[in-house]
This record gives sequence, structure tokens and C-alpha cells, in this order.
Amino acid sequence: MSEQAGELGRLHPRNAPVRDYLRAIGAVVWKDVVAEFRSRELISAMLVFSLLVILIFNFALELDIRTRETVASGVLWVTFAFAGTLGLNRSMSIEKDRGCLDGLLLAPVDRSALYFGKAIGNLVFMGLVEAIVLPTFSILYNLNLFNPGLLVVILLGSIGYIAVGTLLSAMAVQARTRDVLLPILLFPVTIPVLLAAVKASTGFLQAFDMVDIKPWLNLLIVYDIVFIAVAFMVFEYVVEE
Amino acid sequence: MQSTPRVLKLLNGFTSLVFVISLYLVFFYAPREAVMGEVQRIFYFHVAAGWVGALAFLVTAVAGGMLLARGDRKWDQIALASVEIGVVFTFINIVTGSIWARPIWNTWWTWDPRLVTATVMELIYLAYLMLRQGIEDPDRRARFGAVYGIVGFLSVPLTFLSIRIFRTIHPVVIGNNDPTAQGTFDMTPKMRLAFFFSLFTFTFIYVTLLWHRLRLERFKETIEERKMLAMTA
Repeated sequence: MSEQAGELGRLHPRNAPVRDYLRAIGAVVWKDVVAEFRSRELISAMLVFSLLVILIFNFALELDIRTRETVASGVLWVTFAFAGTLGLNRSMSIEKDRGCLDGLLLAPVDRSALYFGKAIGNLVFMGLVEAIVLPTFSILYNLNLFNPGLLVVILLGSIGYIAVGTLLSAMAVQARTRDVLLPILLFPVTIPVLLAAVKASTGFLQAFDMVDIKPWLNLLIVYDIVFIAVAFMVFEYVVEE
Repeated sequence: MQSTPRVLKLLNGFTSLVFVISLYLVFFYAPREAVMGEVQRIFYFHVAAGWVGALAFLVTAVAGGMLLARGDRKWDQIALASVEIGVVFTFINIVTGSIWARPIWNTWWTWDPRLVTATVMELIYLAYLMLRQGIEDPDRRARFGAVYGIVGFLSVPLTFLSIRIFRTIHPVVIGNNDPTAQGTFDMTPKMRLAFFFSLFTFTFIYVTLLWHRLRLERFKETIEERKMLAMTA
């Protein structure tokens, strides 16, 4: 940690601004990854939670061979969304609890670099969880999920979800009702992303024509861009004291 | 405490008047729709309420942007007042739609994309009110409200696009209709007049309510200030 702070402090104004910006983002991501690698709190919680959600769905929906293909993408996205909320909340409350956020804000970098750093960190964790949940799901339900189209949809969906989730979790941890607030804030706003992701995933899993999938993919990309752009612009108002 | 401004008094009177006129237009002037019968008259206020909801949320998003840019608390009061009105009118929109759907679609509720997106919009702004309740510091509450108001508003365009992107049974009276829509009709000139007049009326109701709500907020602040003064004296 101290090494990273030192590195941030040494950033020189003479350097190319883009490289500095990228290095600041990299430093925040690296800090999160190292901290997570040492504690393994977040990933393990998200992972166990997602496996439990899948199990519960198995009982709740009787995922037999006929219904499996049609509901698989829904089950997957509900799992990712719930696990994602868990991770987002935790990742921001660590910063808040131990005053790390104040330390980060003291760093002489643009606030949006902190946003991108946290968002990429969250995306890495969500990606890791997805990378474990997908094969597990495939094995448990004997369903091949290694479809390149599906993987692209999962990436796009996760980007949109995390982009707005990182912003909202920074607000939620500063509220009195922090633990319950994030899902309430996040779910309605990310419905366009989740909906498009579920529809596109179903399309790829059931091998629909590209003509049917494309509107959903477009919607997904549009919302990714919109959410990233807006979060990038307003993040500084959320963290400033 | 200052008395009601003249313009607001005039606005009260004017809004009441146009509301009475629009009631007349909707219930007596507009012809009875041939297929759906009297229940079609819900349409005039249903769409108008939906319009006010969307307009109110647009105002909130714009006021949020102004707050972040200028930092004047007045914008936060506008944003809050507008959300409260928007939530009520979106609720009216959903409930009247439901009443219309019972005879026409033969169900109170169906998981149609248009209905779901309208409900999601309502939930976003309920979440907005909950977010504000959870934060004590007024400056932070204003900033967070502004951010959420802007992010939340991104879902409103989807509500309007949804009947065009998705296959839906919800009718589109203005513009091209989806062939799967049920309960659609073509407006006669008289219906059109009643329709646009109720849009006009509801817009005035919105402006009047907004003004009253803002005054209420300002009174609340004055009271707080005087309480503080009384306590320190």
C-alpha cells in the first residue's frame, strides 16, 4: 500500500498527462487486487453466494431438461446481479470504513481516475466470479455455456452494471441506510442493461438469428457508453466532502 | 411569511378553469369511441398523467445538472418538488392504465414491456426519495439527489422507446402502431382536441403544484432558521 501511495506521489507533471492518468488508474486497480489477494474476503463471499443462488433456483424453478435452456440466462443474470451488489457494497465500504477513501482523495490525481480504478477493480472481481460460476453452471446443469457470443454479452452486461454500480455504491456507503440502499438504487437503474443482457444471452444460448439478437446487443452497448460517460462526469460530486 | 404572490393566485384560478373545461371536453365533447366505449375516455388523462410524470423527471434531471454546475440549493428544491409530483402522476398513469386494461385486455396487469418500464421508472424515483431520507447533510443530500436524478432519468427514454423496440400489446396512438397492439384506435378531430387540451391542462397543474411545493419548502427553511434564532437568543 505505502509503495503505491509513494508511486502516486512521484507522478511528475512533466510526464504525458494520458500516461499519468492511466498509471493512476492502474495504481488504484492494483491496490484493490493486492488487498483482495491478501484477504480474499470479497471473492469468496461473492462466489459462495452465487453458488447458493444457483442452488436455490434449482429448487425454486425445478430446472429440468426442458425448461433449462429457456431460463438459464435469467438465472445466470440474477446470480451475477446479486453477487455484483454484494461485491460493490463491500468494495466501497472498505474504503469508507478505514478512511481509505480520504487517503485516495488526497492523491494528486483526477477524481475520475479513482472512479475508473475502482470500476475496473470491481469488474475484475465480477469477471473472476463469472469465470468460476459459468463452468460450474455448465457442469451442474449439463448445458454448454461456452458460446463466444454469450461471453461477449456477459462482458458487456458486466461493464454496464459495474459502471453505474461503482458510482451508486459510492453514494450508498455514505448514507445512513447503507446496506439496504445499494440494491434499491441500483436495480431499477440497471434494468435496461440486465434486460438487454438476458435477452441477448437467451438469443445466443438458443441459437437465434443474429437479426433478433442485434437490437439487444446495440441497446447493451448504448447503455454501457451512456453509463460510463455519465458516471465519469459526476463521480467527483459523489466523493467530495 | 409573505402572502401568495398575485401571479400564483392567477395561476390557481387559470388551472382550475382549464381543468373544468378539460373535464367537459373529455366527458361530453369527445365522442364515444366505437369499439371500446366509455372506458376509452381514460386515455385522455392517462396519457396526460404519463406526460407530466416524464416532464417532472426531466425537470429533476435538468435541475440536478444545474445544481452540480452552479451549486445553488434552489435547484435542489426544484428537483425534489418535481420528483414528488412526478411520482404521484406516474402512479395515476399506472392506475388509470390498469383500470382501462381490465375491460380491454381482460386483465388488470400484464407483464408487457411498456407497463414494466413505467413501473421501473416509478421505482427509480421512490429510490430517489429513499436515498434523500438516508442522508442528513443537506449539501451532500443535494449533490447525491442530483447525481441519482440524472442517472435515473436515463431509464425514462427507454420507457418511451420500449413500445417501439419491443413487441408489445400497448397501443401507440401517436405515430406508427405495432401490429400486435390491442385496444388501439384512430383519433377523430374532436378526440384530438380533448386530448391536446388535457395535455395542456395537466402541464398547468404540474406548474401550479411545483410552485406551491417550492413555497412550502421555502417556508420550511424559514421556520428552521427562526427556530435556530430562537434557540440561540
